[in-house]
Amino acid sequence: MFYYVVRRIIYIIPISLAVSLVCFLLVHIAPGDPIDAMVAPDTPPVVIEQVRAQFGLDQPLPVQFGIWLAKVVQGDLGNSLIKGRPIAADLLSASANTFILAMTGGLLGVLIGCVFGGIAGVYRGTWIDRVLLGTAVAGVSVPHYWLGMVMVIIFSVNLNLLPAMGAGPGGSTEWAWDWAHIQFLILPSITLCVIPAGLVTRTVRGLVSDIMSQDFITTLRGKGLRRSGIINHVIQNAAPTVLAVIGLQLANLMGGSILVETVFAWPGTGMMLNNAIFQRDIPVLQATTLVLALFFVVLNLVVDLIQTAIDPRIIRR
Amino acid sequence: MSILSHQQSAVVSLARKVSTSDSYWRGVGRRLLRDKTTMVCGAVLIVMALMMIFAPLLTSYAPTEGSIARRLKPVGTPSYMLGTDELGRDMLTRLLFGGRYSWFVGITPVILAFIVGGMLGIIAGFAGGKVNMLIMRVTDVFYAFPSVLLAVAVSGALGAGILNAILSLTIVFIPPIIRVSESVTTAVRNLDYAEAARATGASASSIVRVHVLPNVLGPIFVYATSLVGVSMIVASGLSFLGLGIKPPDPEWGLMLNTLRTAIYSQPLIATLPGMCIFMTSVCFNFVSDGLRTAMDVRA
Repeated sequence: MFYYVVRRIIYIIPISLAVSLVCFLLVHIAPGDPIDAMVAPDTPPVVIEQVRAQFGLDQPLPVQFGIWLAKVVQGDLGNSLIKGRPIAADLLSASANTFILAMTGGLLGVLIGCVFGGIAGVYRGTWIDRVLLGTAVAGVSVPHYWLGMVMVIIFSVNLNLLPAMGAGPGGSTEWAWDWAHIQFLILPSITLCVIPAGLVTRTVRGLVSDIMSQDFITTLRGKGLRRSGIINHVIQNAAPTVLAVIGLQLANLMGGSILVETVFAWPGTGMMLNNAIFQRDIPVLQATTLVLALFFVVLNLVVDLIQTAIDPRIIRR
Repeated sequence: MSILSHQQSAVVSLARKVSTSDSYWRGVGRRLLRDKTTMVCGAVLIVMALMMIFAPLLTSYAPTEGSIARRLKPVGTPSYMLGTDELGRDMLTRLLFGGRYSWFVGITPVILAFIVGGMLGIIAGFAGGKVNMLIMRVTDVFYAFPSVLLAVAVSGALGAGILNAILSLTIVFIPPIIRVSESVTTAVRNLDYAEAARATGASASSIVRVHVLPNVLGPIFVYATSLVGVSMIVASGLSFLGLGIKPPDPEWGLMLNTLRTAIYSQPLIATLPGMCIFMTSVCFNFVSDGLRTAMDVRA
């Protein structure tokens, strides 16, 4: 067990390196010379060569990767081509905003998913099960950017209840936990929760109905355990797997909220990515992708470790 | 990647149940015919496909031709059954022609990933050892990215365009298909009949051809069909971000984006393309679920 934990933690190093390499190569799969994106179109060739040398772009690729990686490790993610200032600071506040949205939406989705999935699993094969499972399939199939538009039309345009865009009054991007800010969070997080809710419902339903059909549940029934007692047993058996799914969902939403952020103009990493794509600001695209992917790697590790810790059945090699 | 992984384990367990006999497939067909949800969804998909194929016969307008004079006519306007968009183009025409692109960009990556990922996964599962290690470790790297992020990052770097969108989605779907095919193949390889074939001196290629392929392709295919729904959503999502097809050509995701200006005046029209994406995705998911249930024989 101890050996497994250490090995799992060490394993993060090669994975992070490989993830960084993929992000590094993003600049190089972009069509055209990366230098074209850094200088004005009518720059004289001499200046172009100077810039090239300054950014180390005249070096062979592996060397460039080394230079870039050394900077990244020190927290220097490069400068935005459009804004001309370091990306790291902007990315930090954007990540915080995305984190708030992803966690709210994710937890909401998990809550709905566990309740729906649990009920469907217990009442497996009945009409309740079919309705809930159908709802879950529909939830997984929703184009969430479209759902966001529908929400805006209903709650902002027609009912005029909630704001349609931004993350705070007057376009403020500083978050605070008061009603003036929270009302901006409601529509995007409900939109974001639909897909994880559907996925968690399906997983939990499958787990619960599997556990319910096992022999030990029959034994518990036979010895006269109350319904609540049986449900307690089911929850204990389902918890580790459910936890893993929940962790993955939350981590996935950090990178998956880009479309919802675009619809609601939520000032997070998704909107940063969207702007970077529009303005062909490849360094910002690269840095944002890297940070989100590394976050995903770390969260996967945490989920794995927690799962190992709480599930005595898992004996890892 | 978890959006892609919810069906993996279910599909892997199929490998032990699928058999190659005719009676098995007849049973699958019979169970599918009895499954009303799957039949209805399948029928809806076929009708949609036919309407898009025969789009030029169903409408007299061109998808890119409009007039500001008749912009944003409501649904039900005579001769514009589903109204007109923000540039006065017939919505029905654009939805029909747009669906062609949406379906093409949504389905092609899954087919490509099925071929490439299936091949690599079967090789990894059958060869084992160093080959397995190499293929699976590279797969792990792509698993370290949230799927939507990977698609957006790759196609964002490559720039807008249908081919770039298809390429980036293919990259997203190859790793999960590799994982499923690898575990399915490993499971089949260790079954008694494969062991027996090896003991009688059958060559590797004949074991793969006779024992492995017929037993793993079904489960891998079922898993691939479960990806089409997600693929449709992400593909249209990419063009919603301006990373797919270029205007003025119609595509559901792109239409949804440009129609955002119309949510105040014609909210119903603004949401029509999204309903098409939703309908397609729901139907594909139900058909895929039905297919899996029909193939899953609980003895």
